[in-house]
Amino acid sequence: MFDNLTVNQRAALLSVAMLVVGLLIWEAAIPAQKAAGELTEYERLTGGGAPKAGVPPPSDVLTKAWEQLSNPFYDAGPNDKGIGIQIGYSIYRVLTGYFMAALVAIPLGFLIGMSQVAYKAFNPFIQVLRPISPLAWMPLALFVIQDSEASAIFVIFICSIWPMLINTAFGVAGVRQDWVNVARTHELGAFRTAFTVILPAAAPTIITGMRISIGIAWLVIVAAEMLVGGTGIGYYVWNEWNNLDLTSVIFSILMIGVVGMLLDSAFGFLQRAVAYAE
Amino acid sequence: MSKPFLSIERLTQKFPDGQGGTLTVFENATFGIEKGEFVCILGHSGCGKSTIMNILAGLAEPTSGVVKMDGYEVSGPSLDRGVVFQNYSLLPWLSALKNVTFGVKAREPGWSKAKVEEHARQYLAMVGLEGDVVYRKPSQLSGGMRQRVSIARAFANHPKLLLLDEPFGALDALTRGTIQDELLKIWSGTGQTVFMITHDIDEAILLADRILLMTNGPFARVAESVEITIPRPRSRTEIVEHPNYYAIRNHLVQFLGQRSKELAGQKSDSTELRPDTVRIDHTDAEAVENPETSPRLRAVNE
Repeated sequence: MFDNLTVNQRAALLSVAMLVVGLLIWEAAIPAQKAAGELTEYERLTGGGAPKAGVPPPSDVLTKAWEQLSNPFYDAGPNDKGIGIQIGYSIYRVLTGYFMAALVAIPLGFLIGMSQVAYKAFNPFIQVLRPISPLAWMPLALFVIQDSEASAIFVIFICSIWPMLINTAFGVAGVRQDWVNVARTHELGAFRTAFTVILPAAAPTIITGMRISIGIAWLVIVAAEMLVGGTGIGYYVWNEWNNLDLTSVIFSILMIGVVGMLLDSAFGFLQRAVAYAE
Repeated sequence: MSKPFLSIERLTQKFPDGQGGTLTVFENATFGIEKGEFVCILGHSGCGKSTIMNILAGLAEPTSGVVKMDGYEVSGPSLDRGVVFQNYSLLPWLSALKNVTFGVKAREPGWSKAKVEEHARQYLAMVGLEGDVVYRKPSQLSGGMRQRVSIARAFANHPKLLLLDEPFGALDALTRGTIQDELLKIWSGTGQTVFMITHDIDEAILLADRILLMTNGPFARVAESVEITIPRPRSRTEIVEHPNYYAIRNHLVQFLGQRSKELAGQKSDSTELRPDTVRIDHTDAEAVENPETSPRLRAVNE
């Protein structure tokens, strides 16, 4: 019955089937709340009559999602903003820190990739700084910068810089000598060689580094916003946890995934645009 | 003593041999090339042909010796010396056309975009690349087409000296034949000075005015300069009928098969470093010569 479908159509069908089955299992696994029967006075006084908090069923989450997404930008005070505003804050912080990191990492990566001396001189610092969890910088950032917003951006900056720096250096160092020789026999200066030969040759590797970085930045922003608070999707998750609104927690977890996927696919698109076959 | 257009004087290249000593690839290589001449160099691998080519291109520095072009010493790469590499060296992210305009833009920074493109298209057409094919990326072109693009890029720049490093080495015999013909056609139209490395004796006879023969390395040297006494225009089917063809071919085969080994490592006498000139001509009935006994004219360049 599926013989005349393409591979993509069959895969899509299977995905939908898995989603439906998964949601049904989830819905069925939530135990029905016991109806409050006859309670002793003691039980009533200790809150036994209230429904026990549990994981909400998917139908509740979907209702919540519909409610939130139909009005994403409302703003009703510091602790009650629409999901669109919260995600907007997170994306703004991620992109600010990320592009500042790109401005540092890509030129520095070029330098390290082109010069053996620079590579050897920078390498010990990179190797020590790279494995540090970005959140470990948070106390120092808060103390030095004295601004929670800027500290979150700094944490994004510091975690995005490494994959971009290392991939740029690797891509630039790996440019085929033949292509560099083409530039040399055409008497291109250092800048024109960098922009017309080395940059396009290393672009796929550089974009791969940028793609890894944006993924890490999006992972880190949630944790950073849980710490600094105020606004953002990470703060939103934590705030809803404090409100014991599990429906909102699950909904925002899904939104984090969707936004992360969109950011990644934007870079996937860029990657395909600069790819070349040898 | 009139200097040739390109003069290679006492070129020596030594490399570390990996055991603390040095390996002399070639020593005191000395020869000249006249303007408009097509010169091929033949020799076994390891005699340093590619190193000589890289030195002429300015991509490598010799241990000692000088290369002079038009009376000026050559140092570093220059647009005056165009190179066609064996592996084409096209930039894979650019189309065939853009690969050629890349070179033209570097040569003529003042030209308008339209003029650069028209010039590039003209040279691509000379090597038989026209129409939609010029918009393809190198990965979408066959090996032969890629090398055509590379040749077009080099000729479009009108270098004073064109260096071809085994340009047809990676191509099959039939494609090689077609592109050799195209190379001859484009060369005869421009009067370009060409220096070419090849492993193919027939290719060298078809294309060259003169063939330089190198002895085996280490301590290789340019031992002979064989004139190709077959009139132009040449075609591959007609030159094999020419009385000089097999005489020259036999001489080259003998050299590469035997004498390149015998002469290997011998230091040339220090007074005369230029290669012996060998001229084999059977067309003049009175002067029928056996190549082995023919008188060697020396130092025709001086």
